[in-house]
Amino acid sequence: MMVQITSAQAAILAVNSIALGGLLFLLSAGFSLIFGLMRIPNLVHGSFFMLGGYFGVTFLDRGVNFWLAALLSAAAMAVIGGLIERFLLRRLEGQILPQVLLTLGLAFIIADICLMVWTGDPWQPSPPPELRGTAQAFGMFFPLYRLAILGVAVVIAIALWLMVDRTRLGAMIRAGVDDPVIARVMGIKVSQLFTLIFCLGAALAAFAGVMGAPYLSVYPGLDFEMLPLALIVVILGGTGSLLGALVGSFLIGFLYNFGQAMFPDLAYVILFLPMVLVLVLRPQGLFGRVEA
Amino acid sequence: MATEALTLSGVDAYYGDSHVLHDVSFALQPGRLLGLLGRNGAGKTTCMSTIVGILKPRRGDIRLFGESVAGLAPDVIARKGIGLVPQGRRTFRSLTVRENLVVAAQPPRHGEAAWTLDRVFALFPRLKERQAQLAGSLSGGEQQMLAIGRALMGNPRVLLMDEPSEGLAPQIVAEVGRTIDRLKAEGQSIVLVEQNVKLTLNLADEVVIINTGRVVFQGSARELEGNEAVISQHLGVF
Repeated sequence: MMVQITSAQAAILAVNSIALGGLLFLLSAGFSLIFGLMRIPNLVHGSFFMLGGYFGVTFLDRGVNFWLAALLSAAAMAVIGGLIERFLLRRLEGQILPQVLLTLGLAFIIADICLMVWTGDPWQPSPPPELRGTAQAFGMFFPLYRLAILGVAVVIAIALWLMVDRTRLGAMIRAGVDDPVIARVMGIKVSQLFTLIFCLGAALAAFAGVMGAPYLSVYPGLDFEMLPLALIVVILGGTGSLLGALVGSFLIGFLYNFGQAMFPDLAYVILFLPMVLVLVLRPQGLFGRVEA
Repeated sequence: MATEALTLSGVDAYYGDSHVLHDVSFALQPGRLLGLLGRNGAGKTTCMSTIVGILKPRRGDIRLFGESVAGLAPDVIARKGIGLVPQGRRTFRSLTVRENLVVAAQPPRHGEAAWTLDRVFALFPRLKERQAQLAGSLSGGEQQMLAIGRALMGNPRVLLMDEPSEGLAPQIVAEVGRTIDRLKAEGQSIVLVEQNVKLTLNLADEVVIINTGRVVFQGSARELEGNEAVISQHLGVF
């Protein structure tokens, strides 16, 4: 059942795991903050990733610079996310199940629209020219672009951490995650934080979608492949915890790649078993807090 | 007549279909302390939740210095000047002591002395020592001080304190009592919700007793002190 792999294969798998981990962090950081603050698993988050990817390949198709395309896609998705939060989710404030169902419905709608606009064919853009080569280390070649994904994820992780951990705005967000009712009573505009975090989460997901496009490509169904991964990451790491999202992302990155290579028959068991164990043994996640 | 700091008039509130506050009316004069007494489950905390906007009143009006705040969102009411020290303290456990205070800061209203981080730390030196610690790691008494400090950071015109003595050791209760006395001396208008009748009678100017969601007694603290019949009937103590 177990497939033997060589050390060279293991090295490549490790790079792929790190690249996927980086993408998953960008996806799940926002997912986790939305989950923590608004108490809903945002089931449209995978669609933000896919739609962001499609926006990105469209910009790239028109000759836009890769990084600019990623930023434009993120900005567009921030606006879309903001509109969804402000005009749809807000109307159902406090009603968790209807909010979750709304995000699920939106995910299906977005999937259909994407299929109509971008057809069923996969789009795989080239990485930016400066990152097309390989890096040589220990007698092996590693694709530069996949290492770059890690670099970008680390930079964004640090920026997010500084915002959430070191600013008054970040403290307000954490207060809202801790106790949204009392946060409001203390004068914190929790509704505005909801919109802000939703925009930020959507933008990060879209940015990840563009970053991931040269590696994973963009195709119908990508949304519902990424969503469960984000869900597992957040359940493993704990909702509302950036550190949890970071550790969970790389854990899942490795489990996913090595699991598929070494135990192809059991790929899903290896992916979901840790989630089941965490849910049973430590429901708040590895880095989450116990609800008071 | 001067405007009352806080008035409730004919307030009815519901949890779903269950009618929890019946025609509740009382008034707090500026700079005074009103004690709100009642047994467990009498509706005291519900009354606080209604004033701060967590629960919307179905009927009646709530006014802060003459301005109606009934039905507004909790964060709007907070910024208009109602501060709450919640029952069970409910500090933000994963935030540091300092962050707990900073997130609740609101600019002072014109002509009123402002509460700042420094002034709160002067009032509670223990919080200053522990400012970098997570609130969740504080003792019960320290958390209570933090909850009071946090409410003060909002520079409230009216301070609501919901059972600040609950679950604290007697010497800490005495300390909380001295703090409340000091705030009152500085002119802070306060509603003190308590089950501790003795503490309340020591601090309060006026007293309101709630029973099963209705106001059953309203008068001065002196009046209630001499009225053992009312005390034993509605509070079941002494």
